[in-house]
Amino acid sequence: MSPDRNETRISQLHGAGGELAGELLDRLLLPRLGAETSARIGLRHLDDGATIALPEAAEGELVLTTDSHVVKPIFFPGGDIGRLAAAGTINDLAVMGARPIALTLAAIVEEGFPIADLDRIVESFAEALEESGVPVVCGDTKVMPAGDVDGIVLNTTGLGIATPAVSDAGLAVGDRVLLTGSIGDHGMALLAAREEFHLKTRLESDVAPIWPLIAALLRGVVPGAVHAMKDPTRGGLAAALNEMARKSETCIDIEESAIPIHEPVRGLSELLGISPLEVANEGKAIVIVAPDAAAEALRALRAHPLGAEASIVGTVTNEYPKRVILDTEVGGRRFLDMPLGDPVPRIC
Amino acid sequence: MSPSFRFSDPVRGKALADAIAILAPPDPFKIVHVCGTHEMTITRNGLRRFLPQTVALLEGPGCPVCVTPARDIDMAIEIARTGAILCTYGDMIRVPGSDLSLDQARSDGCDVRTVLSAADAVEIARGTDREVVFFAVGFETTAPMTAAILLDDPPPNLSVLPSHKRIPPALAALLDLPDHRIGAYLAPGHVSTIIGTVPYEERLDGRRIPVVIGGFEPLDVLYAIALILRQHRDGTPKVENAYPRAVDAEGNPAAQKLLDQVFESADANWRGIGVIPASGLELRAPLRRFDARHRFAIDLPEGVDTIPGCRCPDVLTARAVPSDCPLFATRCTPLSPVGPCMVGSEGACSIWFHYGGERPL
Repeated sequence: MSPDRNETRISQLHGAGGELAGELLDRLLLPRLGAETSARIGLRHLDDGATIALPEAAEGELVLTTDSHVVKPIFFPGGDIGRLAAAGTINDLAVMGARPIALTLAAIVEEGFPIADLDRIVESFAEALEESGVPVVCGDTKVMPAGDVDGIVLNTTGLGIATPAVSDAGLAVGDRVLLTGSIGDHGMALLAAREEFHLKTRLESDVAPIWPLIAALLRGVVPGAVHAMKDPTRGGLAAALNEMARKSETCIDIEESAIPIHEPVRGLSELLGISPLEVANEGKAIVIVAPDAAAEALRALRAHPLGAEASIVGTVTNEYPKRVILDTEVGGRRFLDMPLGDPVPRIC
Repeated sequence: MSPSFRFSDPVRGKALADAIAILAPPDPFKIVHVCGTHEMTITRNGLRRFLPQTVALLEGPGCPVCVTPARDIDMAIEIARTGAILCTYGDMIRVPGSDLSLDQARSDGCDVRTVLSAADAVEIARGTDREVVFFAVGFETTAPMTAAILLDDPPPNLSVLPSHKRIPPALAALLDLPDHRIGAYLAPGHVSTIIGTVPYEERLDGRRIPVVIGGFEPLDVLYAIALILRQHRDGTPKVENAYPRAVDAEGNPAAQKLLDQVFESADANWRGIGVIPASGLELRAPLRRFDARHRFAIDLPEGVDTIPGCRCPDVLTARAVPSDCPLFATRCTPLSPVGPCMVGSEGACSIWFHYGGERPL
């Protein structure tokens, strides 16, 4: 192996815990992620674990979540796997009504992975964390032999505190259904970025940590008015709504024309025959609120830049328990069912 | 900026719904369309809600992979087993042949690849010394693309396994089936952009049945239905074009020329329907060296098109809707499909499963 290759690509030695591993930490990770935090023992100490000071509010609940992130392509319009990993975990906490207080980051990297790419990924991970003011408290890197992993996998665990936590099942008949913004941007941007379609679009992923938005929402309504939240990631809006309807044994009735969908998303969706309601979002939430709090909730969401396109899109009913109804724009009506796996483009 | 015109405009939708209600026939009336994209529009937009109680709207043989006979799939598998690279559209991969699907053949070690266009198969062939076979399925919409690659100096290691089908002969053949009860056809807009309106007139002349060519937006479909019901009420059945912004009488002469240069009509077996005269496309003699059936000369027995308990044949002939089949959404789902109509993304069963074909009222 040439020294130059050593410089620019991840080698097995980077994961071996020796000098090279230390160098990777020093060069890449600590400058971006090792800032002083409230943790007495944090990432910068490179100890065997991290400490987290117990928050002052005793009535709160701790919320813990974990997620492994893979994405193709690793760099996509509007973000990359680093931003995705940060937003994914922060958003899982946010839709539980939990303020994120600490994150972990574990990276499994393929031997030969460009160090410059890893650098970019760590940088955007750090940026996304900064937007929510969350520290990384501990982490891990492993290097796998070439071919044993596809580029890079990031795992993040997040700890948050909620007073109290909001589930995704607290829907009650009469509640209103809000979306914090446009639907389909992430999934369609990724589809457009796939090489085989040879497409040039202006689509961008919506990947963003939405805790600041959710915090503004929770501040803007009376306590307890938010009955349920969920982030419509894999499986999109259709999967998330169906899950909520099933768990709460209610019927969710959605007005298709009220769902914010950007024109390029709509266009690509028609071209590929893939519904924007079935592709992932990475910076949005479904918010279920008590009917008399809907207007306030909408105001609070719209006042925040991440919620400028928020919209009231439906109502919780008891018409068809555990089902989702779509009142289509043209005036038709159908069930919006749980999508099956990843959508594939139509051929003909 | 004024809002752009929307083909799902609710005000226009309401106006068409009112027209359809006024034109509602007193007796049961069955409209059949033959296009998965139509079924997608109808189901995804919940358009059956606009139909009077007397009107039924069914998908017939509108899914090209669903009507591909098992024997052609068997042939593709046998070709792949010789070591050739077998390329086809994604939908085709999971459709069961007599024994296996191409997907199962792939897990047995065959090199089966999904392509998005015929041109991708050419690219693959140019990059290898191995034999590359494009399993060409689809109606008049995809056939010109197959023709185009064969006229554009294809690499010698490329061949085509043609299984293209033509729509107008199938429309005529369905009317010869006993008990068909078809009152009108909603003819496919995409196919019609290629063939124009004349072939319907030729094929369906004297059948006295409304044939209205419709587009694929919700308002297109509602408009076409209104025209069908008007013809029915007035007793003036004819071929009518409700999609003039894309379709004209002549169709696309350039595409037709490609088809004519490459293919000639042949009888073809439609899965679930049977042999329909002159409904298939075979390579013309000068191009036969690119026909995989000739190049590989594999002898195969008749295929097994029927699947015990599966009502795909009734769905493909518009004699049943997916939920009439006892296997629908029970033993047969897109994840573990029994019949082809649950596999093809244009199959009625698959569309009903994904987009809720039963109508909530």
